[in-house]
Order: sequence, then structure tokens, then C-alpha cells
Amino acid sequence: MNLDFTAIVPSMPYILQGIKVTLQIVLVAGMLGFFLGILLSLFKISRLKPLGWFADLYTSIFRGTPLILQLMLIYYGSPQIIGYQIEPYTAAVLSFALNSGAYISEIIRAGILAVDKGQQEAAMALGVPYPRMMRDIIMPQALKNILPALMNEFITLTKESAIVSMIAVSDVMRRAYIVGGDKYRFFEPLIFAGLIYYCLVMALTLIGKAIERRMRQSD
Amino acid sequence: MIKVKDLHKSFGKLEVLKGISASIREGEVVAVIGPSGSGKSTFLRCLNLLEQPCAGEININGTDITDKKTNISKVRENVGMVFQHFHLFPHMTVLQNILYAPQKVKRLTKEEAEEKAYALLVKVGLSDKADDYPGRLSGGQKQRVAIARALAMEPAVMLFDEPTSALDPEMVKEVLEVMKSLAHSGMTMIIVTHEMGFAREAADRVMFLDGGILMEDASPNEFFAHPKSKRAREFLEKML
Repeated sequence: MNLDFTAIVPSMPYILQGIKVTLQIVLVAGMLGFFLGILLSLFKISRLKPLGWFADLYTSIFRGTPLILQLMLIYYGSPQIIGYQIEPYTAAVLSFALNSGAYISEIIRAGILAVDKGQQEAAMALGVPYPRMMRDIIMPQALKNILPALMNEFITLTKESAIVSMIAVSDVMRRAYIVGGDKYRFFEPLIFAGLIYYCLVMALTLIGKAIERRMRQSD
Repeated sequence: MIKVKDLHKSFGKLEVLKGISASIREGEVVAVIGPSGSGKSTFLRCLNLLEQPCAGEININGTDITDKKTNISKVRENVGMVFQHFHLFPHMTVLQNILYAPQKVKRLTKEEAEEKAYALLVKVGLSDKADDYPGRLSGGQKQRVAIARALAMEPAVMLFDEPTSALDPEMVKEVLEVMKSLAHSGMTMIIVTHEMGFAREAADRVMFLDGGILMEDASPNEFFAHPKSKRAREFLEKML
């Protein structure tokens, strides 16, 4: 075996700087995806059938094709479609947001359907209008139930974000790969990148647990 | 105050209400009884449009609520409802449950709403539970909070859908007591119930439904002593 972790020590700060890039993509895309997911889930349970059809079609397309394909379509396809080359970072955020929106909408839809129908009836009987009812009564209960599934989605997003190295975004993955090529040793920097991703996911898990604890206060 | 004319309701092929007509005066306490499947809950739920009637007219305080132009939310503000399974909002404290609709729907200030909420909590005997979550209350306490929550909107009429059916026997009384004092205060109440004792004692009128038809509509004394229809006699024999 020919392993020497000291060889990459000087490059560690360089790889660590990729955390900022990775987090920027994950946070922004996660947030956008979450709002998109809420919107799509409301479409899916709407009485207006065309909205439901649209949301279902959307979900089937974004779930039915590889994420890396969506990423490349947006990045490499942008000059042909909108006439100019968009930034790699923009392409990354956009594709992840659009993609996770599809998955999150299904999670939220399940969460809404799991809330006792009596809650809606009680709110209606009090004269609460539909948007208010959704925001104040149904969504808080739905979100509480789906929190673990939602955290799962954000964890997946964090790890999957590594594919942005394909379009030259200098995230953790890309930097580890560059260091590998530079030093002619790939194993060490890749292991280091793996460690970083693992720590990020652990941090997410802890945050999720903390939120869950707070939301369980009313039990 | 409430006038129901030839009310019909079907779920798919099943016709649940086959033309119900009744009128209820202000301050009247009406017990709606009948075997399960007779349509009594559906009848009640039509009165605040939780079920959309298929045909017929419902007029509350001069407003035809089945009219497409009527603002349903506005109608519901005026018609309080208490459910068999309480349906308190589990993520809100008792106080928040009561405050929510007056503040967010009626746009009362926090102070006004709170003053009223505390007064209602005293009325239902739960002022010490204001900051508890519903999950920590007993069934009877939950139902009393649900009554306070509905009353907080100051409705003109209160609907009760089997309010004691989901309660342990020892908790039925505390809820019925609250309902009795509400009846004495002059509230118009329509109560779907299996509590024959309560119907006899607290109601001004008994409506007996069977198979989606209003079979009898009489004073409790008359109904319990001399039921006219065979179905009512059979029903009472089983219940009493």
C-alpha cells in the first residue's frame, strides 16, 4: 500500500474552501426546492384539475430522468435556448431546486393527506379561509410529520451536489479531484472529501433532530 | 331563524337526506335523534355547508346559504360547531385554540380576544389549562375547550355533532353540564345526540330522523311519552 496523508495536508485548506461552495448550492437550492415543493403539493391537492395535472407531469419528468442529465441540459443547453451561457453555479442551483422540488412536493402531499380530515373541518367550521387554514392549521401539522423524510431529502441533496463538479463548479468534490490530479494521488484527497461530506450530513442530522424535538413540544 | 326547505343530500347513489323541512326559532334547543345512518349528522353538517346539499334551501337569519353567491366563510363564522372527536388544533395551546379564529378571522385585537377567551375558559371551568396543549387534556376537557373555541366566534347558533359519543362515561356529565348552562343562557342549539336523558331534560324540541326522513318533530315530553311512528317506538325501546 502506498498511502501518505501528509502529502495532501498543504492542500487541505483548498479542499475545505469547497464547503462554502457546496453549502451555498445546497442551502439556496434546498430553500427554493422547498417552496417549489409546497406550491406543487398545493397544486396536487387542488380542486382545479389542470393544476394537479401540471404538478403530476412536472414530478414525473423530474423524477423520471437523471439529475445529471437535467444539470447538463440546463448548463450546456442554455446558449441554445436562452441565447447566453449561464454561470455554472446558477445552473447547479437551478437544476437541484427544480429536481428536489419534485421530490419534496410528494413528501409534503403525503404529509398534508396524513393530517386528520377533522382539522380541516374544524377550521372551516370556524370560518377560516382556505389559504389561512393551509398556512396556520394544516401545514404546521404536516411538516411535523414529514420532518424525517424532509431531512432525508436535504441529506440526499447535499451528497448529490457533488455532481456539480461535472460542470466545473469548484465544490468539495471538484477540489479533491483537482488535488488528486495535481499530486498524482487520488485516494487521500477523495477520502478527505468523503469525510467532509459525512460531517456535513451529520450536522444536518443533528439540526433535524433539534427541530424535531422542538416541534414535539406539543405532544 | 333557521329555515330548512326540502333538503336533499346524496353521496353517490346513496340518498342520505330525502327532503327535510324544518324551522328553528331563536333560542330554541333542538335534539336531533335517530338510528345510525338515519342522516342526522349529515343534516347537521349541511347547516354550515360542511356537506353541500344536492337540493333544497337553508336560510339562516335571512341569508340563503345554499345560494352560490353567499360567502360560505361568513356564514360559518355565525354558526359554531362542536365535533364528536373535538378536532382541537394539536399544535396550539388551549388559549391559542380559542384565540385563533377571533383574531385571524374576525380581526379582533389580541387584548379583546384574550379577555373573551379567558372569560370562556372560566365558563367551561378550565381557566387553569390555558397554556396546556390539547394532548395533555382528558376527553371531557378537550370537548369543553372545543365548545369554548366555537363560542369565541360569538355564533348565532351552535351545532353539536354527537358531542359526548367519544367520551368515557365519567366525562359525559361535565360536557352536558356546560351544554345545559349554554342552553339556559338562550343560545340556539341543534344537537345530534344519543343521550336520551339530556334530550328529554334540556331540549325544547326533539326531531327524530329515520332513513333520511324527518319522522317526528315534537316536544320532548310528547315524543318520549307518545311517539307517533312505529320506527320511533322501536328506536326508543332499544335506547331506554
